[in-house]
Amino acid sequence: MTSEMVWMIIGMGVVTYIPRMLPFVLFRGKELPEFLQGILKNVPYATLGALIFPGIFFIQEDIWYGVLGAAAAFLIAYLGANVIVVVLGSIAVLSLYSFIF
Amino acid sequence: MPDIALHKSGTEFRRGSQAGVSIAIGYFPVALTFGLLAKTTGLSIGETLLMSLVVYAGAAQYISLSLLTLGTGAFEIVLTTFIVNIRHFLMSASLNEKSEPDHSLTKAAYAFGITDETFSVAAVKEGTVSAGYMFGLNLIAYLSWGVFSGIGYVVGASLPQTLQESMSVALYAMFVGLLVPSMKKGLKVVFLASLAAVFNTIFTLTNVLSTGWAIVIATLLSAVIVELIELIKGNRRGNMHDK
Repeated sequence: MTSEMVWMIIGMGVVTYIPRMLPFVLFRGKELPEFLQGILKNVPYATLGALIFPGIFFIQEDIWYGVLGAAAAFLIAYLGANVIVVVLGSIAVLSLYSFIF
Repeated sequence: MPDIALHKSGTEFRRGSQAGVSIAIGYFPVALTFGLLAKTTGLSIGETLLMSLVVYAGAAQYISLSLLTLGTGAFEIVLTTFIVNIRHFLMSASLNEKSEPDHSLTKAAYAFGITDETFSVAAVKEGTVSAGYMFGLNLIAYLSWGVFSGIGYVVGASLPQTLQESMSVALYAMFVGLLVPSMKKGLKVVFLASLAAVFNTIFTLTNVLSTGWAIVIATLLSAVIVELIELIKGNRRGNMHDK
């Protein structure tokens, strides 16, 4: 291991940890104005939307691969399957697609 | 009494680790590919593991590899990492609102394990989030990330190509699996997710913002707009005092 690389990795670790940790230490929770609390409660669902799109369409160069993966995941989840089934089911559908085409 | 308390936190820890299993499946292809790429970039196995265990943030680790290939300096790589990972601030602030009261040090300890994935799982969970749950969830996610990075470094290249390709959907499928049950419960969630998805797609395709900022701004815009709409609707009905 070169020492420059090790220091760089430690630096990356520090700047990644600080934003993760600060809100837990700065705020006790529930003391923010109601409007801000409302926004923070909205964050998880908004984040999920932004994490899924447009990324899911670009998992491979063939965009239809991503479209099919998204359709499979949404359908399986909509039918009420739990998260692990959604993950394994989507992988299975795409494996089948690669196998056929 | 201490026995009961201990039993409760034990159950919470177990619940957290069970919830972590879907993350581990999702991390498998991503960490495996990271290990493989780290090797082709010229990192040693020690450096690869160190990065996965110290930085523990997928997107930033991938980006650092491509920057290293381009010959970028350490300072720029650290700065880019900061920008890519600033979104965790928003996630931690949000999760803090539903986490059970605990010593700041306990919270600072489990804060290390906040990723897009652990946050998503904890944030859509029913009820409050305890420290035991977070430690269980984090442990499984963290170990799988580290172990699979190492495996990717050693054997990544020999996995069948089709499997590697089809597994690239895993994390996204997990996000979908977490989102859809909440979407069925209310239109508000559908609006929040769709609005953020549209904003992020626009920012990404037009290249106006880097990935890290695009997610932060898209999330904030959507969360604020939906909250404002609720506020205005509430004012019209004049039932603000009921809240």
